[in-house]
Amino acid sequence: MALKLADVRTDLHNDWCSGCGDFGIEASLQMALTEMSVDIHRVVIFSGIGCHGKIAHWTNTFGIHTLHGRTLPFAQGAKLANPGLEVIAIGGDGDGYGIGAGHFVHSGRRNLDMTYIVHDNGVYGLTKGQASPTQRLGEQTKSLPQPNINSAVNPIMLALAAGYTFIARSYAFDNRHLKETIKRAVAHRGMALVDVLQPCPTYNDIETKAFYSGEDRPDPATHRPAPRCYDIEKSGYNPLITKEMTPEDVDKKTLEVIKISNEWGDRIPIGVFYQNGNVPTYEDRIMGRIPTYLEQPPAKQVIQLQDRKSAADLPRLWKELTIGS
Amino acid sequence: MSSKTVNELNWMIGGAQGSGVDLSASAFARSCVLAGLWVYGTREYYSNIKGLHSYFEIRTSGRQIRSKVEGVDLLATFDAETLVRHADAVTPGGGIIYDPALSQTPIEKVDTLYKDEIKQIQGRLAQQGLGSDANAILEEAKRRGVKLFAVPFSSLIQEIAKRLETSELTKVNRTVNVLAVSVSLALLGLDRRFMDESVHQAFSASRKQKLVDMNLAAVERAYGYAKEKFGEGGLEVGLVPIQSGPRMFVVGNQAVALGKMAGGCRLQTYYPITPASDESEFLEAHENFALKEGATKDGKGSVVVVQTEDEIAAITMAVGGALAGARAATSTSGPGFSLMTEGMGWAGMNEVPVVITLYSRGGPSTGMPTRTEQGDLKFALNASHGESPRIVVCSGDMEECFYDAFRAMNYAERYQLPVIHLVDKGLANSNMTILPPDPSMIDIERGKLILDGGAKDGEYRRFAHSEDGISPRAVLGLSGYRFWNTGDEHDELGHINENPENRIRMMKKRMTKLETADREIPESEKVSFYPAKGHPDVTLVSWGSSKGAILEGMALLEARGIKAEFLQIRLASPFPAQAVRERISRGGLVIDIEQNYTAQMAAVIAEKTQIGIRNKIVKFNGRPISRDEIYESVRQVVSKPEANERVVLTHGA
Repeated sequence: MALKLADVRTDLHNDWCSGCGDFGIEASLQMALTEMSVDIHRVVIFSGIGCHGKIAHWTNTFGIHTLHGRTLPFAQGAKLANPGLEVIAIGGDGDGYGIGAGHFVHSGRRNLDMTYIVHDNGVYGLTKGQASPTQRLGEQTKSLPQPNINSAVNPIMLALAAGYTFIARSYAFDNRHLKETIKRAVAHRGMALVDVLQPCPTYNDIETKAFYSGEDRPDPATHRPAPRCYDIEKSGYNPLITKEMTPEDVDKKTLEVIKISNEWGDRIPIGVFYQNGNVPTYEDRIMGRIPTYLEQPPAKQVIQLQDRKSAADLPRLWKELTIGS
Repeated sequence: MSSKTVNELNWMIGGAQGSGVDLSASAFARSCVLAGLWVYGTREYYSNIKGLHSYFEIRTSGRQIRSKVEGVDLLATFDAETLVRHADAVTPGGGIIYDPALSQTPIEKVDTLYKDEIKQIQGRLAQQGLGSDANAILEEAKRRGVKLFAVPFSSLIQEIAKRLETSELTKVNRTVNVLAVSVSLALLGLDRRFMDESVHQAFSASRKQKLVDMNLAAVERAYGYAKEKFGEGGLEVGLVPIQSGPRMFVVGNQAVALGKMAGGCRLQTYYPITPASDESEFLEAHENFALKEGATKDGKGSVVVVQTEDEIAAITMAVGGALAGARAATSTSGPGFSLMTEGMGWAGMNEVPVVITLYSRGGPSTGMPTRTEQGDLKFALNASHGESPRIVVCSGDMEECFYDAFRAMNYAERYQLPVIHLVDKGLANSNMTILPPDPSMIDIERGKLILDGGAKDGEYRRFAHSEDGISPRAVLGLSGYRFWNTGDEHDELGHINENPENRIRMMKKRMTKLETADREIPESEKVSFYPAKGHPDVTLVSWGSSKGAILEGMALLEARGIKAEFLQIRLASPFPAQAVRERISRGGLVIDIEQNYTAQMAAVIAEKTQIGIRNKIVKFNGRPISRDEIYESVRQVVSKPEANERVVLTHGA
């Protein structure tokens, strides 16, 4: 049965600021959910702390609104226990690249088959606008008493270094692109990052909606604003790492990812930067050690017999600890 | 011969960490167990990989024993440091095995001794008019009536190498451990076949026949040397094999791991930390295990063990797994638990069943990572901000480690909350022979877990109010049972809600679960009471690993005419106030015994029962409490309670 947008939305009052990029992300995510051929009962949304976190409540799927920065380990725990779940973890830039940066890195190393979407607006909105890890050095958004003293982290490069096997960026108000990117991320077998640029209309007065749509730089020919975001895949870039590629080819691609991901200012790249389906997922790696893992993952195991006694045959196991007969 | 004490002795071996001392200790213990004896072994070591001193004490007996004792009957040394550090622990009539080549070693040249320790030892020797080298230590022991057994280890090693026609002296050098153990067993009169078998068992796993042969040659040479040089040896203690049934020889960490497996734990997360990691590594080594017939078609069970990036991930990943329906646990020690507190609070708020095994070690901060302490009781009871329910179980011995680990998994699901299983390093790293525990003593109880679907979306309320505070619990992915969770205060659906009336109902709901647990958990799982034979002179109150020393100390006290009864508190939350009040409010002398500075349980008792316990015996030097310390200190308090309100125990090297 095809799902309608209304099916994947709860009827709660949405309290994000008007004009917030979160709305674009929410809409794109929910549209993607209706268009994907995934059993909605198996979908679980995990979110962190920050404005983005409430998306778990606005969406009518299992929704787990976790702790600041800890979205990923919560989500991975669920996925490990039941690999049949479609796990979509959602974080913020402060949440995921700041306090949760450690988990961000180690999630890449594991490469579980799941998706991580990051609301990236350069500020800590819910605590009234402090600089986030993606705000650039020397920028001074509205509520900063002094210009930002830290350099910005580059999430694309960080994800690449950490081992993410699908790395993409999109823009909150480019619904079609974001929706399609989310669908591709979910379909990807492995750990997928979608970094989503979004305006914060209340605290980020630099990277505004007008900034992204290029209202300050009209096209000389048409006199219409020239958007800053451009789709790298429409400009001939191919993110795929294939089995046929030599190590040199892969190195070359890696350097390209770094180069493109450093672009900022008048041209901001969006699209899929990197996709490698050849790295074994964490589930594959567990299967190598526990052959029954996918059929009987931790959440699906029989742990008790009819008479409620433990199903584990321990006497057999503790023979090695027993001396004498 | 007739005056010999048979099958009741304490043996010690020491050496540099990483030199195989742990192997010697287990070979000695294994030989005793093979001979039908019971053992209790403790391990003391520094936070270090190689080089610093570690030592093991193996106590063995013809009856089941469960504590450490003072005084060493036979000390096996093959380095100067062990001799210098521990010779004074050997009792008159006992023996010391030493290498004569090391007897000239000046004490100040033992560079792994702390400077203050060197001064203490030199001062002690000077007072007796002795010199300042290993010889002086031996002379001091001799004057006390200790027998000395010189064993030239390096020449024995060369003989073995010659016999095996090998030039790999570095490898043969490693047999020094087996030599020391074998000389010990020969002196104690235990037949060689037990040590031979022990060596087989210890080295056969390596699948290197050469290694087995080399060590068997060492056993043979050591027994031969001991017979030639020392004959009967003249020790006042000896070992004789006895008949017995099968016994498990386990370390506390393993007992917990086995309890978790039996209790259905199928996801364990951890970040490496002493002394907790051994448990997770044991689980990982046994990740595939058999199920009983009829459980599933293929009869295969497994536990997924994940080493996480930190303890924050360890707890939150376990919680995520529990949300999906797995029985999940994590295992840590104080510093790691400090990091887990926020995640634990979230689990309390969202009523998630998760088990945290907390191996308590010397704190605060890094403290003494490899030493024991019971300093985390109040922390466990109060961990995480705000007020959230948790069950805290405290194990007192290996059997309890097993059964409590199993029950903890049950409590977590029945009451839908975090359960902290408190075990101290004194148990975690000690080994002991026990009768194999029986997992069928406990049922798996999953509480209000919804196993099948059937509901229509929109009907299910994860946090539905109920009289006992517990709501039917669905897991992620169960069709028709959509729910939400949040660390924010929430409504029955799990959506954020700060309505003051809702807040009151939700706080009450969560905390009511502890009252339900208190009502439902039988008293036998909350406290253990060991009565005195006759009218008690004193009531001892304690918890955790002090149990074994107290039980054995009580027997010694009784022989001296002091009748002691013992109340062991096993559940610290919900606190069994009624049961405790009954035992300590009868007007007799009560002594609280704990391995921490502030007598934390006494403070909890005062809070929960309004009864203050005046007399306390505490120990916080990082070394486990011994039977003899209990005996002496309780006698001291009983003789003059008003002059001994606080006794601080100090034994241990």
